[in-house]
Amino acid sequence: MFPIIAQNILNALQLGSVYALIALGYTMVYGILTMINFAHGDIFMVGCYLSLAAALFLLGLPLHLPAGLIFLGALLFSMLLTAILGVAIERLAYRPLRQAPRVSAVITALGVGLFLENFTLAILGPEPRHFPPLIAMTPWQVGGLSLTLLQLLILIVTALILVLLDLLVRRTLMGMAMRAISDNRPIVPLMGVSVDRVISFTFALGSAIAAAGGLLYGLAYPVLDPYMGIRIGWWAFISAVVGGIGNIRGAMLGGFILGAVEILTPMVLPSSTYRDFVAFSLLLLLLVFKPTGLLGRPLFERV
Amino acid sequence: MLEVDNLWISYDRIAALRGVSFTVQKGEIVTLIGANGAGKTTILRALSGLVPAARGRVTFEGEDLLSLPAHVRVRRGMALVPEGRGIFGNLTVLENLRLAAYTRRRQDLERDLAAVFGIFPRLEERRHQWGNTLSGGEQQMLAVGRALMTKARLLLLDEPSMGLAPVLVQEIFRVLRRLNEAGTTILLVEQNARLALEVAHRAYVLETGQITLSGPCDELRHHPKVREAYLGGA
Repeated sequence: MFPIIAQNILNALQLGSVYALIALGYTMVYGILTMINFAHGDIFMVGCYLSLAAALFLLGLPLHLPAGLIFLGALLFSMLLTAILGVAIERLAYRPLRQAPRVSAVITALGVGLFLENFTLAILGPEPRHFPPLIAMTPWQVGGLSLTLLQLLILIVTALILVLLDLLVRRTLMGMAMRAISDNRPIVPLMGVSVDRVISFTFALGSAIAAAGGLLYGLAYPVLDPYMGIRIGWWAFISAVVGGIGNIRGAMLGGFILGAVEILTPMVLPSSTYRDFVAFSLLLLLLVFKPTGLLGRPLFERV
Repeated sequence: MLEVDNLWISYDRIAALRGVSFTVQKGEIVTLIGANGAGKTTILRALSGLVPAARGRVTFEGEDLLSLPAHVRVRRGMALVPEGRGIFGNLTVLENLRLAAYTRRRQDLERDLAAVFGIFPRLEERRHQWGNTLSGGEQQMLAVGRALMTKARLLLLDEPSMGLAPVLVQEIFRVLRRLNEAGTTILLVEQNARLALEVAHRAYVLETGQITLSGPCDELRHHPKVREAYLGGA
C-alpha cells in the first residue's frame, strides 16, 4: 500500500507543479489589478505550442543537439515570446479598460481567450499535435517507487522558478513596486515608479512562467490541442483561489493541492471523470468557509 | 520655482478649483490655508499629477508640468507627502524608503538612507518593521522620509499635523523648518492655520476653490478676516 500512495504523491507533485506555475499568473495579475485574467489558460496553451515549435525546430537542425540543450532552447524561446504576448494583451485589450467597470475587463479577458483558441485553431487545424519525447521516460526504481528523469526535471525546474519568484517579489525593487501597487496603487507614482511599467512587467512574468509550465506539461502529457488551456486554466484558477488569490505562496500551495485532487480522486472514487466535480466542490466549500483562501488575506501579503 | 496660473479642476463636472493662481519661490515655505473642502488637497493632487487639470498652466523650474505623468514629475524634483501618509503597509520601513529612491542611482542609496535616519532616528530603530505596524507619528516621519529619498527640491505636504499628538506635530514642523533652512522649498497645506502661519513665509487663503487673500504670514496673521475665520477670533 505504501508504495502506491508514495507513487501517487509523486505524480500529484508533477501535475501540481504545472498547476502551480499557471496559478501564479492568475494570482499576480489579480494582486496588482484585482482582475481575473481569464485568458491566462490560453496564454499557457500558446506557450505550450511555442515550446513545441522551438523543440521541433531545434530537433530538425542537422546538429544533433543534446536533449538538455533543446529543452533549454525551447524553454527560453517560449518564455520570451509568451511574455511578449502577455504584455501585448495587457496593452491592447486591458489597459484601455482600466477605468471601465470590472465586468468589461472580465468579458474582454474571456474574449481574448476565445481569440487565442480560435487563432491557434485557424493556423494549426483541430487535430492534436504530439510533443517529441525529449527527456527519457524510462523509470528508475527507487525503493519500490518509479521515478523518471522527466519527473525529476519537472520538480526541479518548478522549484527553481518558485524560489526565484519568491526572491524577486521579496528582495528586488520591482518586487517591492509590485507589492506596493497591491497595497495602495494611487500612491505608487509618487515614488517615481511608473505603474504601467510594473503592470507590464507582471504580465510578462506571469506569461513567461505559464510558458515554462507549458513546456513541462507538453513533455509530461504530450498531446496538444487548441482547447487544452480551458480545463487546465480552470484548474489553475481554482488553485489560485484555494491558496488565496493575490497571494503568491498561496498559488503555489493551491497548485499542489489541486494536483493531489486530480491524482487521488480515481483512487477514492470509481472514475477519474469525477475529478472536476471534486475540484469545484472543494472550491465551493472553501468559498463558503474561508472566502479568502487557505493562506488567508488577499493581495501580495507580506511574506 | 513653481508657477500656477489659472488652474481649474473638476470632479464629475463640479468645479473644485476655479481659476487658482499662485507662485512658490525657491527657498520659501508657502502655505495654503482654508476650510475643509476649500480645495487645498485638490491643488496638491493636481500639482503632483494624481488628478488631471481641466484648464490652466503649471510650470516647475520653467518646465510645463501638466503634460507630464505623475511618476515623471517626481523625477523632476517635486514630491508629495500625501494626506493620510500613504505608507505601504506590506513593505517594511526600509523597503518604503528604498522604493522612493526607485529612480535614483544605487550608489547614493546608503548615503541618502543615512541622511533620513539622521533626521528621524526612530525610523532606523524600526527599519525592519512592516509599514502598517507604525504609529501615526512614525508613519508621518516615514512619509516625509520617503519624499526626501526622491531628492525633491520642492516638497508638497498635505496636512502633516493631522491626527498627531502636539509633541509630534512640533517635531515634524521642526524638521520641516530645518529642511527649509538646508535649501528645500516647501508648499504646505494645513488645517491648523495658526501653526502654518508660524512656520511659513507666505500664505494664500483658499475659499471654495478660489484664492481670496494672500501675503506674508506676518501680515495675514493680523488680518481681521483670517483672525476671525481661521485663528478662532483670538
